[in-house]
Amino acid sequence: MLAKSPIPKVPPKSRLAVFKFSSCDGCQLSLLNLEEHLLELVDAVEVAYFLEARRRELPPPYDVGLVEGSISTPHEAQRIRQVRRDCRYLVAIGACASSGGIQALRNWADIGDFVGAVYPNPQYIRTLDTATPIAAHVFVDFELRGCPVNHAQLLELVSALLVGRRPNVPTSSLCLECKRRGLPCVLVTHGQPCLGPAVQAGCGALCPACNRGCYGCFGPMEQPNLNSLGDRFLELGASHRQIKHLLRMFNAYLEPFKQASDHHERLEQQK
Amino acid sequence: MNASNSKSNPGTRTIRVGALARVEGEGALHVAMKDGRVEEVRLDIYEPPRFFEAFLRGRDFREVPDITARICGICPVAYQMGACHALEKALGAFDQVTPDIRTLRNLLYCGEWIESHVLHMFMLHLPDFLGYESVISMAADHAPTVRQALRLKKFGNDLLTLLGGRAIHPVGVCVGGFYKTPDPTRAAELASEARACLDIMSELTLFLASQVRYPDLERDYEFVALCPDDEYPMNLGRIRSNKGLDVDQERFGDAIEERQVPHSNALHSVIKGRDAYLVGPLARLNLNAEKLHPRARELLPQVRRSLGQDLPWRNNFLSLPARALETVHALGRAADILAAYKPLAHPSILPAPRPGVGGHGTEAPRGICWHQYHTHADGSIAAARIIPPTSQNQRCLEQDLRELAGRLAALPDDQLALRCEQMIRNYDPCISCSVHFLKFGRTWTPRAGIPAAPTREDSA
Repeated sequence: MLAKSPIPKVPPKSRLAVFKFSSCDGCQLSLLNLEEHLLELVDAVEVAYFLEARRRELPPPYDVGLVEGSISTPHEAQRIRQVRRDCRYLVAIGACASSGGIQALRNWADIGDFVGAVYPNPQYIRTLDTATPIAAHVFVDFELRGCPVNHAQLLELVSALLVGRRPNVPTSSLCLECKRRGLPCVLVTHGQPCLGPAVQAGCGALCPACNRGCYGCFGPMEQPNLNSLGDRFLELGASHRQIKHLLRMFNAYLEPFKQASDHHERLEQQK
Repeated sequence: MNASNSKSNPGTRTIRVGALARVEGEGALHVAMKDGRVEEVRLDIYEPPRFFEAFLRGRDFREVPDITARICGICPVAYQMGACHALEKALGAFDQVTPDIRTLRNLLYCGEWIESHVLHMFMLHLPDFLGYESVISMAADHAPTVRQALRLKKFGNDLLTLLGGRAIHPVGVCVGGFYKTPDPTRAAELASEARACLDIMSELTLFLASQVRYPDLERDYEFVALCPDDEYPMNLGRIRSNKGLDVDQERFGDAIEERQVPHSNALHSVIKGRDAYLVGPLARLNLNAEKLHPRARELLPQVRRSLGQDLPWRNNFLSLPARALETVHALGRAADILAAYKPLAHPSILPAPRPGVGGHGTEAPRGICWHQYHTHADGSIAAARIIPPTSQNQRCLEQDLRELAGRLAALPDDQLALRCEQMIRNYDPCISCSVHFLKFGRTWTPRAGIPAAPTREDSA
């Protein structure tokens, strides 16, 4: 999801901050996994706040704030507002921050049931009824999709911000990446459900390369045709329940997936 | 914020670290002292719950490894392996898994051990011992070591990528094996890098043993680890301890209980009828040292001499050299497996749905990660239970803190806080994992003398 206005230039030695909300830590780890580029990165920016990596904390304001995770507790809903105030550019990184993540499956359930099923003392658990993306709470300048984010896209994001241009991140479907790699189509040749035609590119078509259908780590592409894809899955013998589950993974709460999964849920219940 | 404060009340002090740095996830530490005596120790977990066990219900068994991987971005393979083994038991397919598939699973796990151990040792923990606030500051004075560590970590991630397409949340694993057998050309390339990394890590292990000073904190732990007969533990083996625990994998869930203690709302794992226990590298090494890869075994005497410590090591600060030896082991195993690798004709056994129940634990980098699933006839999940390593270690961790804070009571607050943090990092605590599971209470209620659960605002 691109911001409407181009992102203006950030001065050199920008102050970078990394924040964690409800998440698995994987997207922050992607920063530490930049391997040989990591030392270049810490040379190019001032890592001002990154609790997973360093003890020292510089006070705000920060030029760029990378936010991992979704908002799932009252405290997080408060804290994200302060984080927004502290950062010139706020970028949501990963599926949790941009869609609510896997924990957004609670949004379809009674949270009381969930808490009661998991904790013996539910009264100590302070949690919201929903897990929601950062953009549902504050203005977000840019979003990087993915569960987890892709290294190359992360590096592109930081480099673009450093030189003051808009990050170049594809919004096409996964099929384009898959074709470019010359992989046999999972849907056509193996007859297996694959979300690729409706999912945003970004991972490099990892699942088709492993002989399996895409399960949607990068969320819906712009204007996905999920009706038609769902019909094809039904023809291949998938049930409404299976299609619903395929859509309700790590980006379940993004509108196209949410609507389509609700649709298949209704049809599943009618049967 | 990493600060501490003395209360105005004479004789009473509260050490408080509002947000622990260089750990995975969010936690806070409180130590309340009175007249030099430790009154209360609390490791608060304020990482939000994500309810995995609740939303796994009703999902198809084939989806489980992809979902549980998301519990932790640092050790997704541990959550995939636990899920696969436990589900194969539930589906009655456990014994049909071929030795070739098991070998590739070990190779995948080697990748995770290498990546996770190197990250923790050199980027998160070593700065404490050498007096830096982070690896970023440490790199200024120790650039060659940091570069070597980055190369090792990259190798671990490359192994994960070979088998799973990417290092974080790999996509290659399925219940029954793998979706695809790895590319032999790439495997051969990695085999030579494995040998180079093995030499680097052997040197770094001797460096860690001889050039780093480890604080003394000997305690009489009950070490718990998988103990297979013929190999260093990773995916298989009975669960044993140095104090007589010896159970089959399936029964581990019954052998422990999660107990509520008076000083905290957090529940802690204990062995039934006994007390706290320790899982992780120190436990594995103490119980299985003779099964290390020959390259790690040949280093062991020199490491023991440099440290002046014979096995068993009862000081958890020595988890750092234990991790180093395990990294050598994992590199050695990986080099052997890669050298002998032949593509598999059948990378998966494709288990069929059936009703059942299965429990299995594997050795995550930070210790046993145990899963149990009940399945319906259609292969959907009826119930899930996951016991991650950090919640098992939490009681031990608080006992360590109590002991350490008592011994170092004379230190000024900020130094004592720093030493306590260093000790917490012995456990390589993965707080993201530990909190998402059943029966993990949290301390939200304010208590006399101890501040309420920390928030960014009030700790800033």
